[in-house]
Amino acid sequence: MRQNHSAGFLKYLPIFLLQLVMVLMTAMTQNARADEAMKTVDGISTFFLKNGMQVVAIPDHRAPVVTHMVWYRVGAADERPGKSGIAHFLEHLMFKGTKDIKPGDFSKIVARNGGQDNAFTSQDYTGYYQRIARDRLELVMKMEADRMRNLTLTDKDVLPERDVILEERRMRIDNDPSSRLSEQVSAALYVAHPYGKPIIGWENEMAGLTRKDALTFYRKYYAPNNAVLIVAGDVEPAELKTLATKYYGGLKPSEGIAKRVRPSEPVPDAERRVVLRDKDVRLPTMRRSYLTPSYTTAAPGEAEALSVLSELLGEGATSRLYTKLVVERKIASGAGSYFIGEHMDNGVFMFYGMPTGGKDIAEVEKAIDEVIAELLADGVTEKEVEHAKKILISDNIYSRDSQSGMARMFGAALTSGQTVEDVLDWPDRIEKVTAADVTAAARKYLRPENSVTGILLRAEKPAMEPAQ
Amino acid sequence: MSAKSAHATNIQRVVSPGGIEAWLVEQHNVPMIAVRVGFKRGAAYDPAGKDGLVNLMASTMDEGAGDLDSQAFQRRLEELTMSLSFSAGRDTYTASMKTLTRNRDQAFEMLRLAMTEARFDPEPVERVRQQLIAGLKREQQDPEHMAYRAWFKSAFGSHVYARNRKGSIEGLNAVTPEDLKSFARRLMGRDLLRIAVVGDIDAKTLGALLDKTFAGLPEKSSLGEIADAHVEAKAVTDRIEKDIPQSVIVLGVDGLRREDPDFIPAYVMNYILGGGGFSSRLTEEVREKRGLTYSVYSFLLPMKHAGVFMASASTKTSTVDEAIKIIRAEIARMAEKGVTEKELADAKTYLTGSYPLRFDSNTKIAGELIGIQLEQLGIDYITTRNGVIDAVTPEDIQRVARRILKPENLRITVVGKDQG
Repeated sequence: MRQNHSAGFLKYLPIFLLQLVMVLMTAMTQNARADEAMKTVDGISTFFLKNGMQVVAIPDHRAPVVTHMVWYRVGAADERPGKSGIAHFLEHLMFKGTKDIKPGDFSKIVARNGGQDNAFTSQDYTGYYQRIARDRLELVMKMEADRMRNLTLTDKDVLPERDVILEERRMRIDNDPSSRLSEQVSAALYVAHPYGKPIIGWENEMAGLTRKDALTFYRKYYAPNNAVLIVAGDVEPAELKTLATKYYGGLKPSEGIAKRVRPSEPVPDAERRVVLRDKDVRLPTMRRSYLTPSYTTAAPGEAEALSVLSELLGEGATSRLYTKLVVERKIASGAGSYFIGEHMDNGVFMFYGMPTGGKDIAEVEKAIDEVIAELLADGVTEKEVEHAKKILISDNIYSRDSQSGMARMFGAALTSGQTVEDVLDWPDRIEKVTAADVTAAARKYLRPENSVTGILLRAEKPAMEPAQ
Repeated sequence: MSAKSAHATNIQRVVSPGGIEAWLVEQHNVPMIAVRVGFKRGAAYDPAGKDGLVNLMASTMDEGAGDLDSQAFQRRLEELTMSLSFSAGRDTYTASMKTLTRNRDQAFEMLRLAMTEARFDPEPVERVRQQLIAGLKREQQDPEHMAYRAWFKSAFGSHVYARNRKGSIEGLNAVTPEDLKSFARRLMGRDLLRIAVVGDIDAKTLGALLDKTFAGLPEKSSLGEIADAHVEAKAVTDRIEKDIPQSVIVLGVDGLRREDPDFIPAYVMNYILGGGGFSSRLTEEVREKRGLTYSVYSFLLPMKHAGVFMASASTKTSTVDEAIKIIRAEIARMAEKGVTEKELADAKTYLTGSYPLRFDSNTKIAGELIGIQLEQLGIDYITTRNGVIDAVTPEDIQRVARRILKPENLRITVVGKDQG
């Protein structure tokens, strides 16, 4: 992320993307019928420009403002070996100017017009957005279209920005033992797939990234046929179609965009364990990640079952983990689970726990193991599945309150080859999940050999200083 | 762009038959209602030796009420697919509720139960106390948090604002369930109560619900006022040793309270100095030109009984002194020379033009409405606010910059490795 507006790092947010092979097929077929009328489902419209760029309008007229986003189907997992961090570095460099916009002026122009802007990078996509008054939409469309193909970079701008991303890494990861552990758990979980690399990059590789690396990546991936435009807020689809054609329609597609195939994970074969000790740790914690399929790669209904499983197992004050470890046994101050099902290639089912009072982290881990063992032995009940489904479906209604949240949800899903219908159907697919589905998914994926357990402990003695 | 108000936000003042007032914005597009309730007293009123009491009260007010024990209450919230939580600010105590329209009446009933019949049973109180203590321990691992805590201690000395509003381990351990029960009655008086409701509900329905929900609260709060405080103008540098690759710098001086007539000019001044992200001088000088940091910013923190101006940056050990030097130089430049006409014009178009962005969801509008009420800015604030910003002159900026910014008297805290 270019600017530290929000507390969270996108790495830890669920991320949507489907395989590009599907995306490209969709794009090509849609492209051939670009002149057909746009498709509108439940008020949300989508259409394609002739150069392959997908456009989505999410009207919401409650306030005279819009959220304008451009998403590229490229992320950290698409980086070449040895160049970790280049996707995120380029995200920063996209603010360094074009022939028409001077370095650093992009955000200043947006601000002068009463708008806010930022950008984000995930393993699977990179996105740029502005939130601004409706009557300034054309201005930001013009500037965003300009930098899609016309970025200019000089070392005078690139080198200080490389120092900035190194400082960003120190702030987000190196200064925080818990983030360092997360990084190591991911690195251990993926044997072959690039999801094991941190989005921000390994420090040693980041330090060697160059202007040329950034431009090579940019020229290959930043093009209308690799992008999705989302506009949510006070806009009508017909009006957006005119504007999108005017500003983005003339951009040349890239011919360098190949099918997005990353090295696939072999079948996991051994339970793994990562321990990080740091003398500043005051509160030991444990987490465990199980490799699963994602919404993209799972058999129909399986990812939905894992979402329901996570909800009933560890996502609320009456969930199994919280009830057992925190309320009844009083050994943990927190315990829970979540399912990250939105990556393009793999999902992760995650558990976490931390002790309460003077309890031992080993006791917390053992109790989590017992909850998992009981789940696998006895399965889940229809009653708890119904309860979890009701919560998930209501959350989906609440999410409609946020214009930028809606833009984000559709942007992430549509860059992954899903359709508007897929997003709108999600509550119906959740509704169909049965207790048998949930139990089967748990038994299939919560196996020790699919997992990495990470433990954060306090180092008893300070580390030795290296000799000067 | 011209200074438009968020004209889509039409606030109704709803007064219930029983005389309870709420501000309402009707939005019928999404079948939900967002409610914010606020009282003008907060964690600063924690009794001596029991710091953390109000935080523990907020964290246990949704852990059982009326006939429902902790787990039954939480299960009921989930069955209604509503959310309800309480939060202890330094000077305010707030509740946030969200419900789907179809469960409206039951949701307000849950809010009533929690506010007037919270049980504070020993089991959840003890459990949540341990959770809050675990949270404090986690914060103690965080260098940024350490730097801010140390700065407030140094700046406010024996005043209650020196304390962590979340409390201390010792303070939390001293609080009893009886303390929570009696403090809730003392704090949550109807004289301090403010209510904001946004969403799929009309004034008449709301009026009836207001009486049902809030009439059971005590008529008056029995908490007095705490004393005012100032940060002494004095150059102090505290260094806290911690073996981390990046140091955190926090610095500040005495600032302004919200009701100070200079607050808005100071707010505009701070936007130009360090509040405006990539449009700010600090980001330009420390990050863009020199690559010394990912994050540098300044802000005004208006509290009820004090105000501070603060700035912060994080940078690798070897560039800490350089970063401090540049921040100090920018503070001095602002105090001496103020701003240009163009900087001021750009600040105004951002600050006025971006105001409607705060009003694009029910949840956000409810947050704005409760803030305006707790700060006593008036029901017409949304329509008058941009005019006040547009009226700020370069002379106003120069005056407030001189008044607040004291580059020779910065109070600085650095957490990180010794540079020697």
